[in-house]
Amino acid sequence: MKTDIAKLLQKKKKQLLESWMTKQLSDAMLREDLMSNEELREQSNEFLDELLKAVATNHVEDINAPAYEQVKEVLSGISISRAKQGFSPRETGIYVFSLKEAIQQVLKEEISDDIQLLYQTTLSFNKLLDSLGVVTFETYIKGREEVIMRQTDEITEISTPVIQVWEGILALPIIGTLDSARTQVVMENLLQEIVETGSTIAILDISGVPAVDSLVAQHLIKTVAATRLMGAECIISGIRPEIAQTVVHLGIDLSNIVTKSSLASALKYAFGMLKLEVKKNHKEKTTE
Amino acid sequence: MERIPILRMGKFLLVTIQIDLYDRLATNLEADLVQMVNKTGARGVLIDISALSIVDSFMGRILGNIGSMSKIMDAETVVVGMQPAVAITLIELGLELKGVHTALNVEKGMELLKTRIDAEDEEIIEEEDEAGTE
Amino acid sequence: MKLVLNKDVMSIEKEQDVVPFRNRVKEYAVKIGMSLVNQTKLITAASELVRNMLKYGGGGVTIIEVISQGRDNGIRLVFQDKGPGIKDISLAMKDGYSSGKSLGIGLPGAKRLVNEFDIKSTLGEGTTVSIIKWKNG
Repeated sequence: MKTDIAKLLQKKKKQLLESWMTKQLSDAMLREDLMSNEELREQSNEFLDELLKAVATNHVEDINAPAYEQVKEVLSGISISRAKQGFSPRETGIYVFSLKEAIQQVLKEEISDDIQLLYQTTLSFNKLLDSLGVVTFETYIKGREEVIMRQTDEITEISTPVIQVWEGILALPIIGTLDSARTQVVMENLLQEIVETGSTIAILDISGVPAVDSLVAQHLIKTVAATRLMGAECIISGIRPEIAQTVVHLGIDLSNIVTKSSLASALKYAFGMLKLEVKKNHKEKTTE
Repeated sequence: MERIPILRMGKFLLVTIQIDLYDRLATNLEADLVQMVNKTGARGVLIDISALSIVDSFMGRILGNIGSMSKIMDAETVVVGMQPAVAITLIELGLELKGVHTALNVEKGMELLKTRIDAEDEEIIEEEDEAGTE
Repeated sequence: MKLVLNKDVMSIEKEQDVVPFRNRVKEYAVKIGMSLVNQTKLITAASELVRNMLKYGGGGVTIIEVISQGRDNGIRLVFQDKGPGIKDISLAMKDGYSSGKSLGIGLPGAKRLVNEFDIKSTLGEGTTVSIIKWKNG
């Protein structure tokens, strides 16, 4: 019985694809900017091929049957790539659910004479496509998570630039919360840059750090200690009044670290350490 | 028995550790260095660890020991060229190498030793001068 | 679910075995693409533990494994000795405690350097320490 249905659907495949496409395209929210109609058609055709192949093996309801491996794989691929391309969950969901409608329509037209069979088959296909819908969402979310993870990595990369402000002086403005993963990146970048530039002074500016608790302070102390092990001095600048208050209230000991309220005063201190002086040039006046 | 060579250069002793050490080799280095400081009257010890891929607590302790022992024999110790990954690991391990000075490279390490020893000598001269004018 | 992809066993009997062991660990860490800092942390932890094994357990066997869990790969190291065992593990794991003449940061320090740390000891039978460092951990 089921094989008949499978054969029937195979025969009607072209019509099925057309009606599925129409249903997908009729959605007002469809993003033509993200994917052309040709691509969509090709993708849908491939998926339909695999689905009908699997249905022909007589397991309509059991999505865990080996016959569905390929179907799930194709579908997962589609969902993940959609997630990465920026499709909304609605658009991704409609892809599978509109196929349900298309199949129902074909079934209704073809086996309208046998109500019992129509009911049974429709029910089976509903179940199947619902399961496929679940697969879609699981993989869609996975795809989104991958995007988020990649962005997190990118943010840590770009948010810790090390700047050489003078020969022998590096500055590292830290923006955002300083957690242990971030500290790791900051430390690595800073120490690497110290080696490469042969700098002896590093200024860690924390004006962009929203709050300093004992854990963040711990991270700062570690960074300073590691810098000293390398043979360079580390100054922490950008200590705002709120930060000074919390540091003292929490009983954090920063007395072993050179701290300055602003990057400018840290730079001045660094110049002093390197025995450099910044002078105003009065030459122009004398030549006049 | 393998040994790490110690070079003498004027008032300083130079050690370049080129291979990863096992414990006995490190202990021997400590003993040899202290002997050399005594024999040569060296004022500074420079240890280049830029080729070391790891420094564990044992090696850390040896470096600290060399620093403290030299100090009481009136010599300054500077450890130079520590790799960033090694520094990060040492901090995580809980070692800060107190008692030794650090510098980025051999050149900066030599400078550091020279200024420290010159400063000490100047103090002595100043003290003598003051004593003389009194 | 942790899958073992590759396994290597080395026995450690004398101090000189430590350097080849560290090199072998490094080889594996490089093979799975571990970052330099994580490599250094792993090898340093391994160095601490292998020293403990030699000093207190009279040597023993080390197992180096490449493992995978989900999308993450990592290295698992196991140190097994047939020494006298540790009487009070929580005391041994404390910073600054040492039954020998060391700094007492070997065990707790090694734990801080890795992602997973497990120690089992039976008096009179020996000690087994197992550590895992994930590639991106």
